[in-house]
This record gives sequence, C-alpha cells and structure tokens, in this order.
Amino acid sequence: MSRDDVEGAELIARALRGHTAPEQEHGAAELAAERLAERAASEGLADVVYAPVDSPFGELLAASTARGLVRLAFPEEPVDSVLDVLARRISPRIVQSPAALDEVRRELDDYFSGRRRAFSVGLDWSLIGAFGRRVLHVTSEIPYGGHLSYGEVAAEAGSPRGSRAAGNALGSNPIPIVIPCHRVLRAGGAIGGYGGGPDRKRWLLELEGALS
Amino acid sequence: MSHEIAAGPPPFQLFLDAHRREVWRFLAASVGPAEADDCFQETFIAALRAYPTLRERSNLRAWVLTIASRKAIDAHRARSRRAVPVAEPAAIDGRRSEPAAAPDEELWAAVAALPERQRIAVVLRCLADLQHREIAAEIGCSEDAARRSLHEGLSKLRKVVAA
Repeated sequence: MSRDDVEGAELIARALRGHTAPEQEHGAAELAAERLAERAASEGLADVVYAPVDSPFGELLAASTARGLVRLAFPEEPVDSVLDVLARRISPRIVQSPAALDEVRRELDDYFSGRRRAFSVGLDWSLIGAFGRRVLHVTSEIPYGGHLSYGEVAAEAGSPRGSRAAGNALGSNPIPIVIPCHRVLRAGGAIGGYGGGPDRKRWLLELEGALS
Repeated sequence: MSHEIAAGPPPFQLFLDAHRREVWRFLAASVGPAEADDCFQETFIAALRAYPTLRERSNLRAWVLTIASRKAIDAHRARSRRAVPVAEPAAIDGRRSEPAAAPDEELWAAVAALPERQRIAVVLRCLADLQHREIAAEIGCSEDAARRSLHEGLSKLRKVVAA
C-alpha cells in the first residue's frame, strides 16, 4: 500500500470508528440483535440460552441447554464470569432469550410465592462432577420442608466419611434452590454454610416451614 | 495447565453486543436500512454456526465485518438480478436507490455512495483491518484490482474528511 493510502486508511478508520451513530440507529441495531438471539434460541442454533429471573433475592440468572436448566446464579455473581464458565464448559454458542426461560421463571415464581413444592423443569447436570452428582442426586430427593445432615447425605452418596467433601459439593451446586442444597444442615440442626449466604438458606427453610 | 483446555471465543451474546452497532452501521450504509435487517440476521446466524470453531485470539471484529461484507455483496447481486432488465423504479421516479443519510452523517454517507467494490474494500481495510490479498479474496478480484478500488475509495473519502 502506498504511504498515502496507509495514512488515508488510518484517517478514515479513526473517523468511521469515532463517529457516534444516531440514537435511532442504536435502537435498530439493538432490536435486530434481540430478534437474532430469540431466533437462535427458538431454532436450536444456540447451545445455551439464558435470561434474568426476578426473585426475592434480586435478579437471578438462569441458563438452560436442550437438556434443561444448567445454571442458576445469585445476583452477586458477575454475569460475565458465569457466562464464561458456560462458554468453556459447555459451548460458546450462548444467547440471551427471555422467552426460552419462561417455564423456569414460572416455576420459580410459584415456588417463591409458596404455590409450588417441587420443580418439574428438566435439569442438565453437565457442570457437576461425578462425586457431586451422587451428592446432589441424594439432595434432590429431600422433600420440601425436610432436611438431612451433611453426614447423612455423604453416607447416602456412598461416602460415609465424606461429609466435608459432600459439603464442598453442595457449596458448588450450580443449580441452587432447584437442587435444594439448602435442605442440608449441620448434624445438631445448626444451619451451616450456603453458597448464596446463610441468610438466604434460612429464608428458604422458613419459606418451606422447615425451621419450626 | 493453561493448555489443557483449548480456549474458545467469548460467549456469543457478548460478541453480538460488542459488534452489533458497527455491523448494523456498515450494512445500513451498504445495502440501505430496509435490507440491513435481513443482512444483519444472515450475518450473525452465519457467525453463530461457525462460532465454536474459532480460537480465543481470533480477530472477531474483522471476522464478523468480513461476513457482513459478504452478505452485502450477496444482497447487491440479488438486487441487480431482480432489477434486470428494466431500470429500478426508484431511479425512474427520481429517488436515489442509495440509502438516504442525515446531513451530519457525511462520512458514512460518502461511504454509502461509493461503488460497491470501493465501499467493500474501504470497510474491510479500515474497519476490519484486512490486507489487499484478503480484500481481493473477499471481493473475488485480483490483488491489483483490490488495491485500485481501495485507493479510489480512500481518495474520495479523504476529500470528505478534509472538508
């Protein structure tokens, strides 16, 4: 390229990039992007779809694959890092689609308002390792309003001495609330830890009438 | 070990959010606002299909603008097929078939007014940072022809920037 063209290209590039588009054009680009994301979700071109879901704890982020709900993140978890993990562990074909999470949103709304005691949305366990799956399977069988101790969960998962490991698996539950790790307490009935903080654990247990 | 998992591109939604305005802008200038949406959808659907094959360090901006320029070329070809053999109605009733631009949008309007090859060459060079050889491959012309198109396009735009 001639020196003139190199300089010209740089000049034009700066001008084109620095130029602020009119507001209506931003709106048009945003609408086009929303249509694209919804279309990708409904035509099965995306491997992961996500959307914010309102809750008494603030805005949760819910993400699903074709198999089912794969991740539910508390409000303080940064969206970008939640999405990064999904991109690396499952697929970077991730789009935001509120419509694709309608069923999850409905069930969570019903649960938080006390109208629902069990979830029926499908689950995708692919973010959970082998031991975690055993622990969380046991946990998912604890009924609404009930609870088990860490030791009991570990024993049922086949590791009677593994209550600490079970605690770790519960603490990294990628689908809290729906996989009810809040129903696992300390042996003496003390509330124990929770990935979303002990106050939320207590709130959920009170909602379920498990602390009376 | 960092090389254990091959790092891929960022989540598609973040890529879409980062580049949607620039892609829209380019398409609105290239094919007009009426056809820009179709081209936009085709561009990002094509990007989504190919997305998992990308590496973390791929130049995503250059990549998506290159796809967009391909879709713009396709749209032009489809339009000229439709327009043959009669002249476009828009030309008959005196309106320009080029997209209209607001008066303060001089530079983008000047880009829009460039002949197709020059416009694509300028966008691929200035916005997507492609080299002559790559521009030639995208347009489907010789490297010399790409260099000439770019030179002519840039010369016209420099007058607008200098004015």
